[in-house]
Amino acid sequence: MSDGELRTFPHWVICEHCDSVYRRIALQAGQAARCPRCLAPLYRASRLDAQRWLALTIAAGIVFLIANLCPLVRISLQGLHNEATLWQSAAALAQGPVALIALPAALSIIVVPFLQIVLLGWVLAFACRRRRAPGFAPALRLLGLLRPWSMVEVCLLGILVAIIKLSGFLEVAPGPGIWAMAVLMVLITLIANRDVHWLWEMVDDVAAGAAA
Amino acid sequence: MISPRAAQLKVMACPACGLVVEDGQPEAARCPRCSARLTRRRPNSVARAWALLIAGMIFYIPANLLPVMHTSLLGRASDSTILQGVVEFWLAGSYGIALVIFVASVAVPCSKFLILGLLLVTTQRRSTWAMRERARLYRLVEVVGYWSMLDVLVVAIVAALVKFQSLSDIEPRTGILFFGLVVILTMLAAMQFDPRLIWDSEPT
Repeated sequence: MSDGELRTFPHWVICEHCDSVYRRIALQAGQAARCPRCLAPLYRASRLDAQRWLALTIAAGIVFLIANLCPLVRISLQGLHNEATLWQSAAALAQGPVALIALPAALSIIVVPFLQIVLLGWVLAFACRRRRAPGFAPALRLLGLLRPWSMVEVCLLGILVAIIKLSGFLEVAPGPGIWAMAVLMVLITLIANRDVHWLWEMVDDVAAGAAA
Repeated sequence: MISPRAAQLKVMACPACGLVVEDGQPEAARCPRCSARLTRRRPNSVARAWALLIAGMIFYIPANLLPVMHTSLLGRASDSTILQGVVEFWLAGSYGIALVIFVASVAVPCSKFLILGLLLVTTQRRSTWAMRERARLYRLVEVVGYWSMLDVLVVAIVAALVKFQSLSDIEPRTGILFFGLVVILTMLAAMQFDPRLIWDSEPT
């Protein structure tokens, strides 16, 4: 270690919500540690190893493609038909004075989930081969920033509300995209809603093992 | 046993990767693991959260007064606001959907205003009242906040679907822009607020 480098305490953990300091203890798969002061979750032991996590990420990538290419809903009115995909939905907001809102809409239902899948896939593909991916630190930081803006589940509820809203005066049928969105919602929750800090520890262990 | 807090042990957590680092350097240091800038608390947390929250409250007024959607259906044209949409569902007998939209677009934003306002006021007064419950309220705001985006996405999907030129057409209107901004501003306000401040007034 060079001079002036800060001392680190990898066997400690600090609660993000109240700044209490604890010694890390090993957890069984699926267990979670909770801060006794503020009751916020501290960290949890993952049920997934890197391989399974990567497999789910690839599955999410495939489902994401289907959800983007296939129409979500089909409607018909007096012999006329129409259907809409995710992209068309975001683009439908880009008209007139409200055009600005199309940007966050497209971000939250298309761009952010896409980035989450790509970044996780990149980092995990290397982690499976026991290596730290190039750009590991910025990728993990970006994943942390993106998490609150990923709105696949809100979008799915939005599609359902839209179907009910229109079914009063139109014939409405769900398209294949809606099923893909439902699966994507489950997969994104599994892969991207988890503690990304855990990846740091996993890769740190790998690096320590390689150095030894 | 009461666990020590980071300042008492002269350590701090990296805001990006969570690594526990010694808190020695007075000037901005960087995390040895992920090279993010190390800060003890989110900088200017209270002032920034107030600014974003107040902007969100102001935009909530046009979001409710202006129409969010323009519907022209077989020659009949009408504009509707968010609340009119809720009432429409309610009168049509779809109580469940009316409730879902009411919760997402009225109950959630309003309780966010109240909770964040309460958290900011009590933090500024260094109150020690109900700290655990306030911490829990903050986590609730973080979890529930983004569901308000529902209305924006419903308008997007409906407007993308109903495009039959002269026969029927649905277009977004200005209200939805303000409503979307309210959701984004309140989410940013919640992210700016630092929940560790709640516990900083704890007597040691």
